[in-house]
Amino acid sequence: MALYSEHTGKKPLKYARNTVIIIILLLFALATIFPIYFMIISSLGDPVEAGAMSYTLFPTKISLESYKFFFDYSDYSLRWLLNSLIVASVVTVSNVFFASMAGYAFSKIRFKGRSVLFAILLVAMMIPYQVTQVPLYILIVNIFEIQNTYSALILPGLVTVYNIFLSKQFMSSIPGEILECAKIEGCNQFQVYLRIILPLSKTVLAVMAILTFMESWNTFFWPLLVTNTMDMQTIQVGLKNFRFANTTYFAPMMAGATISALPMFILFFSLQKYFLKGVTVGAVKG
Amino acid sequence: MTQIAKPIKRRKIKGDSGAGYAFIAVALVIFALFTAYPVLSALIISFQKYMPLGSKFIGFDNYIDSFKDPLFWKAIKNTVVYTVLTVPVALFISLGVSLLILPLKKKLQTVFKAIYYLPAVASGVALSVVWLWIFDPMPNGIFNQLLGYFGISNVNWLGATSTSMFSLVLMSWLSSHGTSIIIYLAALLGIDDSYYEAAELDGASFLKKLWYIVIPCLKPTTLFLLVTGVIGSFQVFQNAYLMTGGGPDNATTMVGLLIFNNAFKYFEFGKAAAQSLILALIIGGISLIQFKFLGKDVEY
Repeated sequence: MALYSEHTGKKPLKYARNTVIIIILLLFALATIFPIYFMIISSLGDPVEAGAMSYTLFPTKISLESYKFFFDYSDYSLRWLLNSLIVASVVTVSNVFFASMAGYAFSKIRFKGRSVLFAILLVAMMIPYQVTQVPLYILIVNIFEIQNTYSALILPGLVTVYNIFLSKQFMSSIPGEILECAKIEGCNQFQVYLRIILPLSKTVLAVMAILTFMESWNTFFWPLLVTNTMDMQTIQVGLKNFRFANTTYFAPMMAGATISALPMFILFFSLQKYFLKGVTVGAVKG
Repeated sequence: MTQIAKPIKRRKIKGDSGAGYAFIAVALVIFALFTAYPVLSALIISFQKYMPLGSKFIGFDNYIDSFKDPLFWKAIKNTVVYTVLTVPVALFISLGVSLLILPLKKKLQTVFKAIYYLPAVASGVALSVVWLWIFDPMPNGIFNQLLGYFGISNVNWLGATSTSMFSLVLMSWLSSHGTSIIIYLAALLGIDDSYYEAAELDGASFLKKLWYIVIPCLKPTTLFLLVTGVIGSFQVFQNAYLMTGGGPDNATTMVGLLIFNNAFKYFEFGKAAAQSLILALIIGGISLIQFKFLGKDVEY
């Protein structure tokens, strides 16, 4: 008994219904996947100017020339990937570490001003990023004078409020008795955090790490603002510049787009479970 | 006995507060420096004419200028139009799709969830590069080829004032549903079977069950997706920036892009800060209204 009738005793009817459903879903899936399919297929074409070619949905031959074209465009194409990797990795590690520490404190340690501080964090989460972008830019560029450095790319993202919130939500569900036991056994707060909280929060921290890495890899706005030489740009900014410089080279552009997206696709397909979990983890509020 | 118990107890009470602050120290410093300070600073800058060496206090001029600026109103109108056209449709599509996924086997559910989520994994820049060619105004652009089959002549998708906004909306219709489909599906799976059983005893049809059980049960989810959807849509910047640059003739200039242009194209930091605070107020207001009207019987 559920929303859908089980059609007990009428198997063919059930199969017919599910077939129709699957066909509809496949059509919608086709529309969703199409841009990505188009991107990858087109990237395998020759790097000729767009006027001379027409789009094909089914390639007749596969060439990697366009990828070579993309990497030859700038001396720093590989560096862009490396920069993205460095920034995303540092941001991810520091978020997992510091957000989980803060989440533990906010959920399990009693200290003065805890609820006020947490309320401030929650309110801050609702402020649109446009509000902070100008002062943040002034802070990094005019006050700290660290424009065009890794610090500028990394520092503002070291711990996000969202991640603190996420780990606090999860850690609140860990029973306090376990922690009390550990304390009676002689663990100090840091040992409790290290030996009990972290192992119990593995899944949520994995989800957090993956989402943070993906967001950091895909972020475009901040790197665009604080980098001004090619050697410091991330792959997303590099791809944008490549696009503006080579508006007529269709296949290489697609190759560039594929290069920027491929690491995330690989990550997604190998860690799909965590990705899909991550979507609902943020939506279920306690 | 007392000698052993005492120090432990004392350490716990004394140590806890200190440990609390130690654990949040890094997070707090980062938050203070890169979120709290910028918000306060934005407030100050919004009352100034910003100059690198010594800004000038000019009162509410930035706000007044913004409200007098027709472009600001146009940007707000564009943002509202974009939001109204995208968010409800996105909710409708994702609810429909998740209802269709529901009766399938677990394995198939996961396959479809993964497919629909895939575009969310790719970067916005990569997708915009692809969509630019899908919207190519030449006859061999993908959409124009498609229209050609139906005998409709070329459309200058992103290049004409009449179609550029619609093109951005179309792009949103066809891409960003993965997240809401997955959230809806999780909520659907959470509805207790006993409701359906009771309804079936009363002879309720599929549509009746949908209307009287599913829709009310999903209300908190819908509210969540609506509020986050509207908030996200009001801040939209990247697609407009990368696909049209706000053009043609500012037909796709939305508030997010206008603020960016004021700040980093014309370096009018004061004006940008004022407009960003107006945007924050609008977003806060709309969220409040949504909670008030839709959240009446939603419990958290």
